[in-house]
Amino acid sequence: MNALLPHLPALQVVVPLVAAPLCLLAGRGGLAWIIAFLAAAAATVTAAILAYQTLHNGPISYEMGGWAPPWGIEYVVDTANAFILLLVAGIATVVLLFCYTSVGKEIRAGRQHLFYCMYTLCLTGLLGIAITGDAFNVFVFLEISSLSSYALIAMGGQRKALTAAFQYLVVGTIGATFFLIGVGLLYMMTGTLNMADLATRIPAIQDSRPVLAAFAFITVGLALKAALFPLHLWLPNAYAFAPSGVSAFIAATATKVSLYVLLRFTFTVFGADIAFRNLSLNLVLLLPAVIAMFAGSFSAIFQRDIKRMLAYSSVAQIGYITLAIALASHAGIQAAMIHIFNHGLMKAALFCAMGCIFYRIGSTRIDQIAGLGREMPWTFAAIAAAGLSLLGVPLTAGFISKWYLVQAALQSDMWWLVVLIAVSSMLALVYVWRLVEALYFKEPPPGRGTVAEAPLSMLLPTLLLAGANIYFGLDTRLPIEMTDSAATLLLRGQVW
Amino acid sequence: MLQVVLEHYNYWIAILLMMVGFYTVVARGNLVKKLVGLNIFQTSVFLLYISMAKVTGGTAPILDDRFQVYSNPLPHVLILTAIVVGVATTALGLALVVRIRESYGTIEEDELDLMDGET
Amino acid sequence: MRHHRVLRIISKLLIPFIMLFALYVQFHGDFGPGGGFQAGVIFASAFILYGLIFGLENARKVAPPSVVTRLIAAGVLIYAGTGYAGLIGGANFLDYNVLGATPVAGQHLGILVIEFGVGTTVAAAMITIFFLFAGRER
Repeated sequence: MNALLPHLPALQVVVPLVAAPLCLLAGRGGLAWIIAFLAAAAATVTAAILAYQTLHNGPISYEMGGWAPPWGIEYVVDTANAFILLLVAGIATVVLLFCYTSVGKEIRAGRQHLFYCMYTLCLTGLLGIAITGDAFNVFVFLEISSLSSYALIAMGGQRKALTAAFQYLVVGTIGATFFLIGVGLLYMMTGTLNMADLATRIPAIQDSRPVLAAFAFITVGLALKAALFPLHLWLPNAYAFAPSGVSAFIAATATKVSLYVLLRFTFTVFGADIAFRNLSLNLVLLLPAVIAMFAGSFSAIFQRDIKRMLAYSSVAQIGYITLAIALASHAGIQAAMIHIFNHGLMKAALFCAMGCIFYRIGSTRIDQIAGLGREMPWTFAAIAAAGLSLLGVPLTAGFISKWYLVQAALQSDMWWLVVLIAVSSMLALVYVWRLVEALYFKEPPPGRGTVAEAPLSMLLPTLLLAGANIYFGLDTRLPIEMTDSAATLLLRGQVW
Repeated sequence: MLQVVLEHYNYWIAILLMMVGFYTVVARGNLVKKLVGLNIFQTSVFLLYISMAKVTGGTAPILDDRFQVYSNPLPHVLILTAIVVGVATTALGLALVVRIRESYGTIEEDELDLMDGET
Repeated sequence: MRHHRVLRIISKLLIPFIMLFALYVQFHGDFGPGGGFQAGVIFASAFILYGLIFGLENARKVAPPSVVTRLIAAGVLIYAGTGYAGLIGGANFLDYNVLGATPVAGQHLGILVIEFGVGTTVAAAMITIFFLFAGRER
């Protein structure tokens, strides 16, 4: 075991990578599920150890193939990406537990092993994006995770899943290609792809046009991937028509990882000075972020399908995260990372709960789910807990997010932002209330018989995620400590 | 001025292809044409990378005693990876188009929107 | 295409050379231009040409889809396995130095095996894509 310890950064990515072909070879859904689950669980343990190590011993660097950076590909783990790794791997594992029954019903038997193959590939890609210290490697992993998520979304039961996946494919490819152009321009100017090396070379040429263009391309490309308003149009359909497990996994992780890369590039590679002082990225991000908070929540209120409603809510929540990034202060980065983590927990819990409902009645439309809260009390409890967290009610994880966000805004002397945050939270109250009202206070539609509670194998992971929303509202040591250290590292920039 | 333009003709071609591809993706309603546009768009980036790898007077990067100056092989390798990604994207995109055609009976975006709106 | 005698004979003549060229590109890859990606595509093109001229059914007999699908996975496993071999040898993941008696021999062996894995996956994936698209309208 001790011999493996120095190789954990590599194993973090290659264990799920090997699981993918094994799932394909397994040929049967059950066996493939076991392989995928073992890989995801191993990834979670790895991420936990890495998080512990980075928190106590500082950043870890790993040379792929023994080639020293900047020539070889370097994997770097610090508290910022260890935190993201922990979120991605943890959510992937819990959602996989949920998938066993959910996928059994939603995906045709002959295709289930392909589902798990794509799922582990997507996990590999997301972990790879987070862990790598090489700019081009980010692109490769970005495409691995994106391509597998297009395929996963297309596996949704309705035919709209196909058009949603196609739309996502076009937009996602444009985003990734923009990122590629940006990385190419940077390589042209500096002759290096290693992020730490880039960070030391960029300041000398920061005013040259290719570097400015690279900055613009990378920011827009990542904003497309992260579904930042007004580049979010691919997101609602993709989340709404994907299989339940995929919605939960991707909603909780994919956009978050893109936001992490945005953080990494603006703060570590370009540096806060260039990005914010010279190029006023804060203004560029602030306006879309504020509009996203309102437009996302407004659209969410008028959705008839709950998964679509949650998707629009995600657009609004991404607005909060970008808003926190735009503040460009220690408190702002910390608030952004805390909300990345907490929002992942909320949306995973809510989408899993929707999966439970879909499993029983085959729909998540608001008129169909009326009155289900009384027949599926545990699912309802999970929705209530995660919904309260989404609103930011005290004693939930969401409250911690809002608390840090408001503090960050006040520190930057932007009290008007606090007002906007409060008002947009009221909008969230409207759509969460609509959901609760439909579930608990409305009469069931005529013709629907009694509905049983969701099977235990789906209910447990859902409750686990909902419980995490409460737990991280009470015991905030892990996210606070990790993000505090991460914000310090990111702001210091330059060297990891 | 003209000389500056002509000396960097490779970049102009890359930018032209980029815009042609991007315009096709945005303006065309046919899903296959969108994919064609996406391919042109990606190809322009390949061209950008390959042209930056050229070293004046350099030969192909195959080690040989007779040559001292070589082109930079790294962008070639990077773009090989990007080409493979592009192939995978195209294959997946076309597979989606085939299945969209099978379940909707059309691959025109406006008709698809109409049909999606009704259900 | 069964009646086109010229096409049938020419492609029969060509296919062995296509495969040979693929193998050349594959195994000459550590001295000159070439490698698994290119070789895999060239190798697959031989099967695709066969499928186009002699029909999908015959191509499926030569390269059964179930076997080809497994080869996709096998190639990735060869690649990853080489990486793990570096770990077992006491070096970093994908470090080929420890695979041979000397670092240079190790690098040669490592890149050869890695590219073989890449070539296998690419060829199998290309053939699968062709089978899936061609076999759709029935």
